[in-house]
Amino acid sequence: MRKLFRSRRRRVLAVASRGGHWVQLLRLLPAFDNCNVVYVSTDEGYRDQVDGAPFRTLPDASRWNKLAMMRLALCVAWLVIRYRPMVVISTGAAPGFFAVVFGKVLGARTIWLDSIANAEKMSLSGEKAKPFADLWMTQWPQVAARSGASYSGAIL
Amino acid sequence: MIFVTVGTQLPFDRLVRTVDDWAGATPGIRGVAQTGPSAYAPANLETFAFLAPQKFDLYFQQADLIVAHAGMGTILTALQLKKRLIVMPRSAALQEHRSDHQFDTVRHLPHRLGIQVAENEHELLHLLEMPSTATPAVPDPLPEASPDLLNTIRHFIDGRKPVPRFTVERPELPLTVSS
Repeated sequence: MRKLFRSRRRRVLAVASRGGHWVQLLRLLPAFDNCNVVYVSTDEGYRDQVDGAPFRTLPDASRWNKLAMMRLALCVAWLVIRYRPMVVISTGAAPGFFAVVFGKVLGARTIWLDSIANAEKMSLSGEKAKPFADLWMTQWPQVAARSGASYSGAIL
Repeated sequence: MIFVTVGTQLPFDRLVRTVDDWAGATPGIRGVAQTGPSAYAPANLETFAFLAPQKFDLYFQQADLIVAHAGMGTILTALQLKKRLIVMPRSAALQEHRSDHQFDTVRHLPHRLGIQVAENEHELLHLLEMPSTATPAVPDPLPEASPDLLNTIRHFIDGRKPVPRFTVERPELPLTVSS
């Protein structure tokens, strides 16, 4: 029984908003070889880019629009409740932050990989995600030195 | 064909206007632009506020030159498709972004990637007028992400302890970085 349980493929929720965050998440695909991944972004047009894996869209929200942000948080919470992922991974920004928060609260292990665009300091969403991320990573050694984030290479 | 993109989230009139003026003054240039919420309406570029990802990829693939803000999505796509790329970072002082992180990005990106950086409109114009033979070689398509990074994530997903190769023991020390 134990063996059967261990051989199960891991459920991963991979979340990134449109643009650079999403392109960077796609660079991590080889790390998800033996997992059942649900991809989540804010643009329906990305559905074709995940080789037929399950794909869900979220409404986008800028950090100044409180109502849109609450709506986004509720949508993410629903996704996490529905899929009960074992691991949540995000490259940012706001949708990924909420996924890491709700994932952590509901018992998933969580990864935050800050965007490679942030070459001097962690992003704001990255800083906010810190207490909820089991693996809190930057893609730059100098940011690791300043922030205490871990560094093990970049998507480039 | 020249493809201009400033992403979809924020306006970047300074870049769009500079490329538009240059395209107007240069015969035989076809330019397509994704301008997002930019207020400036180009007279010499085929302009779209927002292109769906499939359309975006199509123009990107057809282009001989990409001119863009210094967003990572554009930079990575250009590297993957081996396109010549000119970027101009968005300035927070000019309300083009919330922070100056695009300047940080371009300052740290390795030179071997062959990305041409314009700090301002004058440098952008200069780079646009540079003949393509005088531009840095575009490197080979990107290999996979760093094996260390992929392994760290694989190990973590498997429930094993992540073993980052690089750990900072004394974060209070300033670190010299060669970019």
